[in-house]
This record gives sequence, structure tokens and C-alpha cells, in this order.
Amino acid sequence: MDFSILAFLGQDGLTTGAIYALVALALVLVFSVTRTILVFQGDFVTYSALTLATLQLGLLPGTLWLLLGLSLMACAFDGAIALRHGHYRRLPGLALRYLVLPAALWLILGNLDLAALPGLLQIVVTLALVTPLGPLLYRLVYQRVAQTSVLSLLIISVAVHIALVGISLWLFGAEGVRTRSLADTTFMLGDLPVSLQSLLVIACALGLIGLLYAFFGHSLYGKALRATALNRNGAQLVGIPTQLAGQSAFGLAAFIGAVSGVLIGPLTTLYYDSGFLISLKGFVAAIFGGLASYPIAAASAFFVGVLESFANFGASAFKEVIVFTLVIPVLLWLSLKHPHVEEQH
Amino acid sequence: MNRRLLPLFLLLAAMAVAPAVLPPFQVTLLNYIGLYSLVALGLVLLTGIGGMTSFGQAAFVGIGAYATAVLTTQYGLSPWLGLLAGLAITLAVATCLGLLTLRLAGHYLPIGTLAWGLALFYLFGNLPGLGGFGGLQDLPSISLFGWQISGAAQFSPLLGVILAVTLWLLGNLLDSRQGRAIRTLKDAAGMAEAMGIPTGRSRLQVFLVAALLAALSGWLYAHLQRVVNPTPFSVVMGIEYLFMIVLGGVASLWGALLGAALLTLLKQVLQDLLPHLFGQAGNFEMIFFGVLIILVLQYARGGLLPLIQAALPQTRRRAAVPGEAAALPRRNMPAHGQPLLVADGLVKRFGGLVANKDMGLAINSGEITALIGPNGAGKSTLFNLLSGVLAPNAGQISFLGQRIDGLAPRAIARLGVSRTFQHVRLLPEMSVLENVALGAHMRGNAGLLRSMLHLERAEEASLLAEAARQIERVGLGEFLHTPAGSLALGQQRIVEIARALCSDPILLLLDEPAAGLRYGEKQALARLLEQLRGEGLGVLLVEHDMEFVMGLSDQIVVMEFGQRLASGTPLEIQENPAVLAAYLGGVE
Repeated sequence: MDFSILAFLGQDGLTTGAIYALVALALVLVFSVTRTILVFQGDFVTYSALTLATLQLGLLPGTLWLLLGLSLMACAFDGAIALRHGHYRRLPGLALRYLVLPAALWLILGNLDLAALPGLLQIVVTLALVTPLGPLLYRLVYQRVAQTSVLSLLIISVAVHIALVGISLWLFGAEGVRTRSLADTTFMLGDLPVSLQSLLVIACALGLIGLLYAFFGHSLYGKALRATALNRNGAQLVGIPTQLAGQSAFGLAAFIGAVSGVLIGPLTTLYYDSGFLISLKGFVAAIFGGLASYPIAAASAFFVGVLESFANFGASAFKEVIVFTLVIPVLLWLSLKHPHVEEQH
Repeated sequence: MNRRLLPLFLLLAAMAVAPAVLPPFQVTLLNYIGLYSLVALGLVLLTGIGGMTSFGQAAFVGIGAYATAVLTTQYGLSPWLGLLAGLAITLAVATCLGLLTLRLAGHYLPIGTLAWGLALFYLFGNLPGLGGFGGLQDLPSISLFGWQISGAAQFSPLLGVILAVTLWLLGNLLDSRQGRAIRTLKDAAGMAEAMGIPTGRSRLQVFLVAALLAALSGWLYAHLQRVVNPTPFSVVMGIEYLFMIVLGGVASLWGALLGAALLTLLKQVLQDLLPHLFGQAGNFEMIFFGVLIILVLQYARGGLLPLIQAALPQTRRRAAVPGEAAALPRRNMPAHGQPLLVADGLVKRFGGLVANKDMGLAINSGEITALIGPNGAGKSTLFNLLSGVLAPNAGQISFLGQRIDGLAPRAIARLGVSRTFQHVRLLPEMSVLENVALGAHMRGNAGLLRSMLHLERAEEASLLAEAARQIERVGLGEFLHTPAGSLALGQQRIVEIARALCSDPILLLLDEPAAGLRYGEKQALARLLEQLRGEGLGVLLVEHDMEFVMGLSDQIVVMEFGQRLASGTPLEIQENPAVLAAYLGGVE
């Protein structure tokens, strides 16, 4: 293996690693606020890439119908609750909150020549379509069961993932897609060819990580989310609306997922069911950090990316085996570090 | 006929008769339901009852299938050798995975199972000799004493026998000493350890039983299909197995069968129906299953079988109390007034907080020692140090002359120290009798196999008789078969004392036993403790009720700020100026 291959694999690994880092961060974020393991974080990534690809073909992405459907269901749910309690005046507000964005998107997208849209606008539309899925899923699926055990929440997440994959096949079909490159240049850094797209991915990932760090460390809202994570009842007592915290966490996760999809879309072919492996590799990284530490999770995500890249080169058939087997020594180390603690319900 | 055996015979009869009355296609479906049920039964034991969620069972099915496929097609060996090899490899792999991952808290384990489930799946597809993703073809059929089991019609009676036997074995297991231990794993492992139950071992055993059932199912699958490829052993299938038990009833054996049947049949119907609805081919039934599981977990968390059972007339299973049972052997009690437990110079720090500082006390046999002090004085920490839940940073504790500081709670329990908990830890769904019998766990020795075969009935009778005796003794005889969770909180505390007594202790550690009791109940408790003192037990009592403490104790230790403030007889304590100052506020 000469230096140029080494450099190429390293660059490739760091780029996928950046995506895993974003997934891992979203996982840690959602887990620490809602105790939910977001198995379908990777599905946000594929939904985003597939949506963008559909837009670039000039077609109306199926994500719009999913968004409309979920919004209507959530609106009907909250409407029914408001009616049962006789709060008729809340209905217009609910309709406004749930239906304006999807209706506006429908109107706009239905009347535009999507293929002629500038690339940046297509990305904005993609983010606007995918991000609201997070809070909507929280409202419809999790809000009712927010207090159950971590294990029930995990099984529910797996069920959501299974449903999302099926819907994705329905909406986007079984074809793999690659989105158009955001930055199509390669320049030489000494002897090293560096792709601008890869640099962009890594820079965006690092930027988002920095933003999240600032948000959680230094803003009141971020602190409120952290408080909910540490003690739900306590947070409720000091006036933090914990449902809002859950919705925000899911919204942030969906946004991070959508950005990751836009970034990774040009670099690798994604299929309707590619999300699961992306999620699981994000997990591997998140587990390294004990599902609690952002910096360790991000660093290990880069490590997983590089390892995968080299495994792919050395023993491509066993790439997945190598990556997932890696979890086991980490689990062993974790179990020695934290002897089994009884889960108190 | 025995009420437990009747449904098993019905199941067996149905599977045997099915090929004669059903068209071949439906017999095949029935066989699949049977195969899935075997895996789901193991998963009920592991996940629903033992609390260890696994998404990886399909990988064990794969090991069972591939082991026999390789041995029979490439080495021409008998399928029975294939079965042995499959079970042996599964046992080895599951033991390794279990030792590595079962100690993990809550959510790490299921993620671990996803990881090894995926890794094994890719191994099936890529290892040389396993036929790649195309798989291995032309497996031979099984023959049993010259009987060729080659088609779906011959398979279903065989599956009927295997299922009925499995249900019988697992039912026996749950209704035994080992079964009670398994039921503590989900929410009460800490309590179980304090009762001397090796929960780590129980966990591994349950994991192995579930893995072996999955491998058995894989062996049957391979010889029914006669073809093996990686697809049916993927993580998606592992997730479907879990969905089966969530759907049918997470914690009930028959729920596994119901769930396997429902999922298989629904899938069949939906696979015919949905492609027309969606206008294209694909696994659209998974959307339906995903939503269905979400709804079940939102609205019927226990699954469908408990809902059906709730609609039917109630027939509660009750563990019968045997009329005649051999009494369990008892320990030799030390003479009255001997020092039992001596603690000296104990220090326990939590970060910067010193919860116990140079703390010491001595508890004698045949005496009641009370530990009192204001809230936050360090009583609970001391209690946890003595019972082994926490290890001290310095100092030593000895029991009957043997050092016990740093020993695990289970080891301390085995020496004859038994305890109750400040926050009651009972299994609310289990009857009072079974809860109390947990305390007698250490006094039996029936293992997993003997329990499954119900060869330990004499020992089990003695354990239950002892539990019933202790419940009578604490005055709750009328509640023998009541679920423990439906008793008043004060009564639950008394159940904990009965459970502690069931272990035949020399020293009893009671954490606020009188809290929540009414006046009459407190008097009854005081009489019970006096009686125990008369038998030579040592009792340590952490209690806030001064009247109760002063009237009962031989010796009182007062703690404040993690240290011993005073100790002596109740009279000396009542007149001690330092104690008065601590309790009533000092005059500066």
C-alpha cells in the first residue's frame, strides 16, 4: 500500500466518518433528552438524499406526502384532545401550527419547475421537508409513551424504522441514487489530491458539532434540554415543558440527519434501506462515548469511518463484520468500567 | 387430566391431524408458525421474563441451519450429527457473547445483539464453504428409526411433539426455584443478589436456553426447506421474532405461539393484498407491522394474549402449598450475647462528601440493636456497607470473626445475613408465597435441568412449605396467593421480613420496617422481633419511630454527620445531652 492509496483511504474514511459523527451526535442528543435510541436516524439521512435526488430530477418528492399525512394525523390527534376538553378556540391555532408549512410547501412545489430551481434552493426545500418529520414522529409515536422503559422505547424505535423503510420503498422505489455534487473540484495539496466535496463534508460536520456544543453549553434553551435529560420530573417542576424538549430534540436530530443526507448524497449511492447501516455505525461510535459524551462519540465516529475505509480496501467482503465485531470489545470494556446497575423504573 | 397438560396434548393432536385435514399450503404455513414459535418461546423467556432484549436470535437460527447444512451436504454426515454440531457451536458462540454482553445495563445489550446479529449475517454470506449469498442446496431429509421425515405433512407431527415438549419444559422451569430467580432478573436483580441468588448465572442460563431453542429451530428449518441461504437469518428476521412476542404477549409462553401465528398469517394475507394496493411489489407489509407494533406498545403493552385472557373468566394459577414436606435443615445459632457483626473505623466517601467517617458498631446475637439519627446522618450508607451493596473506603467489618467488607451482597447473604429494603422491593405480579420463597433460594440446590424436568418436586415442596410457614408467622397467612403488589405498603414491608426470615438468617438487617404500619401492626411487629430475639437472632433496626425503638431495643447507636454520636441502652440514650442536642437543637 503506497502513500497515495493510504492518503485516499484516509480522506475517504474521514469523510464517511464525518457523517457517522453527525449521526452519533444526534443519537447522543436524543438519547440524553428522551432516553430514546433513535434507530431511524439513518433513515432521515436517506430520506434527505432521496428527496434531493428526486428534486434534481424535477419531480415532486414523495416526502411531501409523508409530511402532509403525518401533519394531518398529528393535527387530528391534538384536535380531538382539544375537543374532548372543550377548548374549541385552540383549533385554529392547531391547524395553523401543523398545516401551514406542509400546505405552503405543497402549493409552492406543485407550481414550480423543480429541475430549474437553483441547487441551494433545492437543498433548502429538502431540509424543510425532512426536518419537520422529527417533531411529528415524536408527537405521534413517543409523546404518549414518554415514561416507559428504555427497552420499550427501543423496540418502538425499531418499529418506526421498519415502517419508515417500507414507506421509503413506496415513495422512492428500489433504485439507488446519487445527488449532484455540491463542489466538483479537486485540488492538490502537495502530492495529495483533495476533493472539495470531502472537505466541505468534514467542515460542515465540524461546524455543526461546534454549534451544538455552543448551544448546549451556553444557551438557556440548551441548558433546559440538558436538565430534561438529567431529571424529567425535576425539569417539569421548574417549569420546563418536557414535551417541547422531546419535540425539539427530535427536530434537531431530523435536521442533522437531513444535512448529513445532503452532504453524503453526492459521495455514495444510497438506497431506500441504506439508513440502518448508517445508524448502526453511528451507534458504534455513540457507544464508545457511553451514549453520553459528545466529543468521544464524534472522535470515534471518525475512527469508525477510517476503519471501514481500510477494511473495505483490505477485505471488502468482511467490512461490516469487522466494524460490528469492533463493538464487542468496547462493550466488554464498558461492562468492566460500569458493573451492572439495576435499572430503576 | 392435569390442567397444564391438556392444552399441550391439544396442540400436539392439532399438529398431528393438520396434514390430514388442511391443504398442503396451509400445512406448510403451520410448520413455519411452529418453527417461529420455538424461537419466540426462547425470546419470551429471555426478553419478556428475563428482561434482556435481543434482536439477534435469527443469527442463532442461522448457526443451527448452517451447521447441519455444511455437515450433511459437504461431508455427507447424518442430520443428527448436524443437530449436535449446531447446538454445540451455538452453545460456544452464545456463551462467549453472553459473557461479553449480558453484564451490560439495559440498552447496551440490545444494541450489542444488533451488532453481532449483523456481523454473523455477513459471515454467513461471505465465509468460504457456506455458498455465499446463494447458499447451500440439496440437504437430506431427517430420518428417525427408519421413518423418513421428508415433506411438510411428516414435519408437522414432529414439530407438534417438539413444541409440546418445549412448552412443558419451560412451563416447569417457570414454576420452580430457578424460575423464580429468572423472574427477578428484569427489575429486581439487586434484591435477588441480596437473597443470595446468582443473577449473572441465571442471565447466562436463560440466554443459552433461548439460543439453543433458536438453533433447534434452525436445524428443523434447514431440513424442511432443504436449502439454506443467509436471508432468513438477517437482523430483519431477528426484529420480526421480537415483534412476534410483543404482539402475542411478551411475558407468556402461549403468547409466543399466538404472536408467531398472527405475524405469519397476517404477513401471508398482506403479501397477497398490498402489492395491489400500492401498485408495485415490495415488502410493504413491514409498514403495517411497524405501525401495529407501535400501536400495541402504546395501547396494550403486555401484548394481545393478556387482553384475551382478561376478557375470559379468571382462572389464576396458584403454586399449591404442599401439605407434607420435609423441613429444611437449619443453621446452628450462636449462643445469646455473642458478637455477630463488628464494624470498625468505617469510612465511605462519595466524591467530596464523607457519608461515613470512622464509624463503628457491634451487634450481638439475641439482641435488638437500633440505629437512629437525623435524616442525612449516614444510616443508609452504613446499612449498605454492612450488607455489601457498597464497599467501604477504609475500615473493616467482620461477621462471626470473618472479614466481610468488600464481599458481594450475595456472599454476605450466604453467611447468614439477611435484609429488607427501605423502598420495598417485591415482584408485584408474583404471589406473596412466591415472593417469600425467593428468600429460601439459597436453601435449595436444584439446577436448571432438574427444574425443567420437575425432578426437584420434593425440594420445591420444602421451600414452599417454609415460605408458607414464615408468612403465617408474620401474620399474613390469608394473603398467601395474593399478588404482592396489591397489599398495603406496610404489609409489603412485613412480606419483606418474611422473605428475609425464609433464608434462615443469623443476623437480620431491617431498614425502617415500621414505616407505614398502623398501631396494631406495629405492636404485632414488635412481638415478632421479640420472639426472634428469643430464638437468638441478632437484629439491626434502622427506624425513625422513637416509641417503637425505645420500647424494643437492647442497644441504640445514634449517628450524626456520618459518625457515632452515642451508644447505649435506651435509657442512657434518652438522657444523653449530646443526643438531646442533636434531636431537639442545642442550647448555645
